[in-house]
This record gives sequence, structure tokens and C-alpha cells, in this order.
Amino acid sequence: MPEAETTTSTALTPIRRESFGYDQARHLLLRAGFGGTPAQIQTLVEWGPERAVDYLVDLRNAPKYPVDGAAFSSSIMGPPTEETRARYRRARQTNDEEGLARLRLERQRRQAADRTQMREIQQWWLTRLIETPRPLEEKMTLFWHGHFATSYRTIEDSYHMFMQNVLYRTHAVGNFGALMHQVIRDPAMLEYLDNNDSRKNKPNENLARELMELFGLGVGNYSEQDIKEGARALTGYTFEDDRFVFVQKSHDNGAKRILGRASNMDGDDFVDTILAQPACASFISRKLYKFFAADVPESGTIERQQARALRELASLLRRTKYNLGPVLKKLFLSEHFYSDAVVNQRIKSPVELIVGSIRSLRTPVRDLNILLDALSLMGQNIFFPPSVAGWDGERSWINTSTLYVRQNILAYLLTGKTPRGYDALADEQRFDPSAVLGQLRAADPAAAKDPTRVIEYLLRFTIGHAPEKARAELAGLTQRTGGELTDDMITGLLLLITAMPEYQLT
Amino acid sequence: MDLHNANAYTRRHFLGTGLTLASASLTLPAFIQRSAFGLPMAAEGMGSIPGVDEDRILVVLQLGGGNDGLNNVVPFRDDNYYRRRQGIGIPADRVLRLGTNSDVGLHPGLQAFKELYDDGMLSVIQGVGYPNPNRSHFKSMDIWHTADTSGTGDGWLGRYVDAECCGYGKGESGTPDGSVPTPEVSGQPTIAIGREAPLAMQGRKAKPVSFETPDLFRWTGKDVHESLAEPYASLTTQGVHEGVDADSAAGFLMRTALDAQVSSDLIRKAVRQAPLAQYPGNTLGRDLAMVASMIRAGLKTRVYYVSLGGFDTHAGQGGSNGRHAQLLQTYATAMRAFYQDLKASENDSRVMTMVFSEFGRRVAQNASGGTDHGTAAPMFLVGPMVRPGVIGNHPSLSDLDDGDLKYKIDFRSVYAGILEDWLSADSKAILEKSYKKLPVLG
Repeated sequence: MPEAETTTSTALTPIRRESFGYDQARHLLLRAGFGGTPAQIQTLVEWGPERAVDYLVDLRNAPKYPVDGAAFSSSIMGPPTEETRARYRRARQTNDEEGLARLRLERQRRQAADRTQMREIQQWWLTRLIETPRPLEEKMTLFWHGHFATSYRTIEDSYHMFMQNVLYRTHAVGNFGALMHQVIRDPAMLEYLDNNDSRKNKPNENLARELMELFGLGVGNYSEQDIKEGARALTGYTFEDDRFVFVQKSHDNGAKRILGRASNMDGDDFVDTILAQPACASFISRKLYKFFAADVPESGTIERQQARALRELASLLRRTKYNLGPVLKKLFLSEHFYSDAVVNQRIKSPVELIVGSIRSLRTPVRDLNILLDALSLMGQNIFFPPSVAGWDGERSWINTSTLYVRQNILAYLLTGKTPRGYDALADEQRFDPSAVLGQLRAADPAAAKDPTRVIEYLLRFTIGHAPEKARAELAGLTQRTGGELTDDMITGLLLLITAMPEYQLT
Repeated sequence: MDLHNANAYTRRHFLGTGLTLASASLTLPAFIQRSAFGLPMAAEGMGSIPGVDEDRILVVLQLGGGNDGLNNVVPFRDDNYYRRRQGIGIPADRVLRLGTNSDVGLHPGLQAFKELYDDGMLSVIQGVGYPNPNRSHFKSMDIWHTADTSGTGDGWLGRYVDAECCGYGKGESGTPDGSVPTPEVSGQPTIAIGREAPLAMQGRKAKPVSFETPDLFRWTGKDVHESLAEPYASLTTQGVHEGVDADSAAGFLMRTALDAQVSSDLIRKAVRQAPLAQYPGNTLGRDLAMVASMIRAGLKTRVYYVSLGGFDTHAGQGGSNGRHAQLLQTYATAMRAFYQDLKASENDSRVMTMVFSEFGRRVAQNASGGTDHGTAAPMFLVGPMVRPGVIGNHPSLSDLDDGDLKYKIDFRSVYAGILEDWLSADSKAILEKSYKKLPVLG
């Protein structure tokens, strides 16, 4: 008998208003979004936890930030026109090698143009991540991008990647079930997992397998037979150009037995069958917990408090019929979320590192292409996840090479000094530390001139605490160089702090 | 201090004394011994023993853009060749013949390769490709990198390192015993010179160290002002701080930061050595000189990766001279210098180099004096230990597949040969399929 169900003092006891101070508001902004300035932190403290979490999770009340659906061209790739097809036919019939070569060259040009557009879409999303007034929306879009991972490398159609990104944003903090029903209609996903090649009598099992293994249930909660039958249910789910189509004649309408349920199911029935499994809510809520709170060991014993938190979230997700908002609110409002088991226990993803640094330190954005290159070098090339399993995250982000990129991209954001090897000229835009220090200057002008106080303030803001050793080292630097806290001195201090291993934690 | 006045930027000599002292003063904890490049002593000129398996090194040279195989290894006795390449064909009297009876010879731009060939250090493998060739640069490169015709999954060299250290096979998730993989720094990270780490080297656990110049494989914040070097060393390169759990994420980050410093010092010290041969003054020459220096310094890395682009010669390719000829000369002379360098440090016999491109080009030249994307092409293996000579038959120029050469040898047979014969690895586990191994040793 699980005790979480019987007691009211649950693992997710709400945090009391008086316990919600600067450190808690800072943590909430980092995890439910991408961090904030001291002024934003202060605002959330004044609001208290309930209003702060409502503001972040309930996007109905947040400022609007619509997507311009016409921002990108849908016609770069697409299927060949009737005219092109006719030219191919003629060239083949007449053995016209020149003609065939010309057609191939045209295709290569289209592909090159499409890769250019893909880069523009990457820039567009990175800009949204940096500028959005609805940070949880973009963070959840990133979550779905890693969960229902699809890579441009295979799709080679930038507009389909854009459409998928829009889909994930539409359902960002919506309903998981509704999203899953749309995912089996998403052209990028259908192509990525070969469902466009799946037909009656020759079903392709790729999508059916991943719907259970990676998207909905997790290993051990289905059989190979379920995959075979699921693949039959999904036959006929394909796309034409940019549009989902259900091809009746490719669909296997026969009786199937999936996860213990028997009928002549189609793809949507298959998805509903997955959603009805208790394992599904556990699987999704655990993944959300890992993304927003803390890592969960895959094997061995899970710490008791964490195990209870996971059970409660799973049960809530089932009760809300997969509505995500209440589950996230419950988590963000819990004492557990602000405990030592959670705070500063995760390693920032590359996106969190770059976007979070810009949003909280208010550095200039500088050159988006350099930022995208850095994301790729750090292992998180957006729109190009390494596989359908998404990014492994946590410690896999870090090795000797990526750690330098992490430090150096911060040096670039703070000083505009391009790492050598990039073609761009050094950026002249200066970093203005007043967004970071303004709060302190206004509240306590004397403190803002005192190196000891400023160093402590900066450390607490950037890494959440002020270790003695770091305070001493940084104080030593200010003393050796005269002790005056010029903007450049603040920048120098931040260069050092952002290079500290602790800065990689969130 | 003024961070934004360019005149104030003083570039500190890259091994600041503060930094050296910081690393040297440590009592080395156990993890360093299995860290990036072994003990720092390895850099102190400790020679390695040639011929010992663990010491064998593979260097991959990638020629990006689709190197025109027919104008590397020229079938100069075949009329079809001249008929289809009336502008760019290499006249028979300019071809560097490989042996007296051979039907093929090298492009004159590959003079340096001819010399390697004469010294028994060049293996020319003809007609290498794979079934249902893909003519997209992107896709075909992924296919070569993953050794999988779908072009998806981990890189083949990454899987090799994974298999050496962790016993993974292709496409498996988790560890062999079902526990969670712990992505610690593995024993021998591979090194890629270039802005991006190649897919080929990405394993489940194995991640390459990659840098364009070793100057970027370090903290660049130091360049902003010299006074930052000392606090940086103290804050980031001291290993696990007191009071921090070594197994926590913070402890892991602190260990890696120290590892990074040790590797960075080693690599940058290594490449500071003057090369022992005269390299051509281009990027590839510089990159190979760095690789030779790292090998000479005793780094335990077993796989290095360098690349040269620009082979996408759709127009104005040239024949015996011109753009493509220049590219050939670039890589051939750089490779010759590389082996001269390695020989001078007695490391040549433990280094094999594999040269490949994502595809060859079409048999017929196009209307712009260039060639379009094609299929099969030769591969080269270089080094004193390779099986010298011309391997396999040249693909027919009359029996074509839609104007393209039909491949004779699957590139994965070459990978299998390299993995089995040179690296003593289980190619079947790494390539996930049994390919007929092409013997690669002489």
C-alpha cells in the first residue's frame, strides 16, 4: 500500500510563503525558465510562490508572443512538380545524361537553399528562447524536442522541422495525450521513423516501437508482439507535401491485440491504448521530473523522498488526464523542489547555459551564428538531436573539450572577444553590468561600492551560494588591481565566476 | 583594468607560471591516471615502443566535397576515360604510372604520393563504395561516418573507442551489464582538428576532443587580461574542492576541469615542438604537423582526424593543372611531410593514415568543365606497414550504373581490415555486421 496515497503530508508539500525568498525565486526562474535578472527575482519574491508559479505556468495570462507561420518558405523541398517529373522521364527515356545531371544539380541547389533556411530557423528559435516573455513555453518546446526527437539530418526538409517545432510549442504546457495524437500526424516524425513507408502487409515497426519505448511507456512495459501489432495499426498514416494524410488502402484494418486490448485499431486507438497504461503516466512524469527537478537513478534504489514525489506526480498526471499544467505547478510549488536534493544538482544543458546567461546577466546577444556553433560544439545542436532518443543530458554534456567551449562562450558573451578561429571581427558591444548590479545599487549604494559585498552578491546571483575560497580569490583580484569596481572589473569578476565548474550547475 | 581597450590585451605566454605550479603541486589522484592522456609524464618525451599493438595509431584524412576519383587514379589505357573527359582528362604521358604493367596511374598532382608508393608506403584501393549510393554530400558523409547505409547512429570510430573501453555494440543502449553508463572521461579520447567534431568519432560514451587550433583548447578569458590567469587557475583547476562530494555533479565538474587543464597543457606543449619536416604552408600541413607533434609527445590517443575541403568541383575543375590538381598536391605533399616527420621521431611504423571522400564524381565531365556528384572512388592507406600497391580492379568505364561507376569494394570491408588488422579490434561488434575484411597490412 503506497503511503503517499494515504497521507496528506505528501512528498510534495507546498512551500510556505515565508520560505520563498531570493534563493527560491532564483531557482524557480532558472528551472521553469532560463533564469532572470535580480529585478525579476525580486518581483517573484514579492508575489510569493503561488502567484509566481501561476504566472510562469499559466500561459493564458502571460504576454502574447505569437509565431509568424509564414516566416519561412514551405516550398523549397516538397515533392517534385509534374513538370519536373516529366523532365526526369524524358531524360531517362532518351538516355540524356546531361539532362539528368542538370536535374540532379537543381535538386542539389534546392537542398543547399533548404540548409540555409534551416540555419535561419535555428536562429529564429534561439532568438525566441532568448526573448520570450513566456519562458516555460520555450522550455517545454525544448523538452518535447528532446522527447519526440527528430533530426534535420534525416528529414532534409526545414519547413517540416519548423512545423514540428510549432506543434511542440502549441502543446508546450497543454495535454500530453493531445500532443501524442498529433505526433503520429507530424510529417517530420512520420518520415523520421519511416511510417511513410509503412503499409498493409509490409508494416514498418519503427514508429510503433518508439511510441512505446521512448515516447510513452519505457522499456519493459510492452512486448515485441505489441510492436508488430502497433505497426499494423499505424499503417496508412503518412503525409503528402506538408500535410498529414490517412491512406485507407495502405491501412491494415484487421483485428489486432495491443497491450491486452483487442479490436481493429488504427493509430489513434493505439495511442489511446498507450495512454491508458499506468506506465505511461509514470514514464512521462518521471521524465518531466528529471528535466525540471533532479536526475533519477535508472537502477539501484531511488531515495525515499524522490520515489514518493515521482509516485505523486504520476498519480496526478493520471487524474488530470495528462494535463501538464497542474503537474508542473504541483512540482514548482513543492518544498521538495527547493530542497538540497534538487537545487544546484543538475548540469545546465548547452541551451540553458547560453540562453540563461544572456537572460540573467543581460549580456549582448552578439552573433547568433557563433552561439549556434557553440551549441553544436557543446553537443546540443538544436533541430539536430543525435538520435530518436534525444539528448542524454547531465554528465554526458561535459568533457574536457565541451568544458572549454562552455567557459569560452561566456567570455565571448561578456567581452565580445571572439575565440580565435572564427572569422567574425571582435564585437564592439559592451556588456553593461547594471542589470545585474542595479538592484544592489538602488537598495544599498554603499554596498555596491564595497568589493566584498559585490563579490558575495555576484556569486549568490550566478551560482546560488558564495563559497569562501571563491570570495577570497575574487577579493584578491580586486585588491591587486586597485579595488575600484569599474564596469570592467565587474566583467572580469564575471569572467572568472562563469568559468568556475559551479557555474555549470543549476 | 580596462577590458575593452584593445591595447590593454596582453597575451600571456600560454603556460603561465601560476598554472604550471597549480598542476604540478597536486598529488595526483587516481582518476588522473585514467584521465584524458595519462600522467603528464607522457609528454616528457617518453618514447613509445613501435610495433606494440596498444601503440598503433590511426589518422583519418577526410577529403570533403567529393574527390574526383577518376582524376586521382587514372585508367589511362581506357579510351572511354578520354572520350568522356575531353577537357579534364589527364593525358597518358602525364600520368604517374604505378608499375610497368599497371593500367592505372596517379594524377601528376599526386607526385608526392607516387614517391610514397615507390617507398612501399601507399596502398591504392580501387572502386570503393557502398550499395544504393547517396549523392547528397550530407547524407553520404554520414553513411561513411556511421558505417551504416541509413547514415544514422553513432560514429564508427566512436563505437571502436566505446568497444575498447566499455564493451558497447552498435545501437545498444545502456551498458553491457544493464547499468547506467557513466560518461566519465574515457581512457583515450580521440582528437579531431577542426571546428566541428566529426560524427565518426561520436560514440555512446566516447566523445572526441576537438579544436581548430590548440589555442582554442583552453580558457580564452585569460587573453582579456593577464591578471585573470591566477585566480582562474585557483578557482577552476584545483580538482575537487574541500567539502564537495567527489561523486556529485559538482565533484564531477571539478574533476573534468582539472582534466581539461592537464590535457590542454599537454596538447599545447606538444604542438609547440618544431616539426621535424618541412610541411606545405597550408592548413592541412599545419594540422598534420600538430598531429605528428602530439604523437611524438607520447599522447595516448589512438585516433586522430584531419580534413581538407573544396573537392566539390562542379565547374572549372581543371585537368593536369588547375583547381583540382592543386587540391591533390596539397594533400599529397602534406602527407609526405607528415611521414617524414614521423620517421624522424621513429613513430612512422605505428601510424596508418586512411584517406577517403564521401563519394567520387561522375565519369563524364559536365558542360561547365567540372564533374557532378558520383559514386565509387579509390581510397588510400598510407604508412610503412600498409599493404603496398594497387588493390582491386578499376571499376569498368563501360558497364555503368546510370552514368556512374559500380563499386567493387564496400568501404566497410576496408574499415573491417583496419579495425581487425591494425587496431586488433572486433570489427563485427563495432560494425554490427560481418564484412569481408580487406587485409590492409603488408
